[in-house]
Amino acid sequence: MMTSLKEQSIRTRPVYRNIHVSQLASYRLPPAGWVSILHRVSGVLMFLLLPFVIWMFDTSLTSEISFDQFASVFAAGAGMVPAWFFKLVAFALIWAYLLHFCAGLRHLWMDATHAVGLEFGRVSAWVAIGLSSVVTLALGGRLFSIF
Amino acid sequence: MNTTFGSKRLVVGAHYGLRDWLSQRVTALVMAIFTVAVVVQVLMAGPLDYYKWSAMFSHQWMKVLTFVVIVSLLWHVWVGMRDVWMDYVKPVAARLGLEVLTIAWLVGCAGWAIQILWRL
Repeated sequence: MMTSLKEQSIRTRPVYRNIHVSQLASYRLPPAGWVSILHRVSGVLMFLLLPFVIWMFDTSLTSEISFDQFASVFAAGAGMVPAWFFKLVAFALIWAYLLHFCAGLRHLWMDATHAVGLEFGRVSAWVAIGLSSVVTLALGGRLFSIF
Repeated sequence: MNTTFGSKRLVVGAHYGLRDWLSQRVTALVMAIFTVAVVVQVLMAGPLDYYKWSAMFSHQWMKVLTFVVIVSLLWHVWVGMRDVWMDYVKPVAARLGLEVLTIAWLVGCAGWAIQILWRL
């Protein structure tokens, strides 16, 4: 009797796993969940683009000649790669940085003030997404010479 | 000293959780301060050219801050990427391989960035 009960409770115990890629579309994440996953995605994106960031750091600072090289990549492209592609990568980096920055400040705020309520989580998630998106679009407009 | 009883008993093995958590936050704060320092200087400089941009990094305090940021970035990204590999990559061999590649990638990038900073 005891053993069968025990076995049954083990069998019905809920198991929490990572969401599989195929389940992404069917999951309705709350805003805080979106910030969480985007925090991660933006972090990995910046990790992969680190060499490009350091290349920009290098060419923009080393000399006037290298600065011109840096600028020409965004004005005329490099080799087979057109300028708009470099701008797109820069745009993705701006977005990733700002979102990671806002989501990070949100974390620091929650850690410092123990603000862990549902309502704060929801509102601060919208603020992080909204603020980073607005600034990204503003900088993106300048980048693509829309205004 | 390891305690096996009471509220301060050791309940995890490697007890690096708090250290990783804290170092990720402290390094984040350093990078946030650097971001603000750069943005303020860019906004004060007006339309940017090479001279204004490079003059920003000619100050000794800016070089020291940038160096600390490079090291912070290395540490911060290591903690983050390790979390990602631990969450999604279960086979030990694959995870170890990816962790080794991550360290090589990060140390390489940090070395490159410091090399650039050194010659300014």
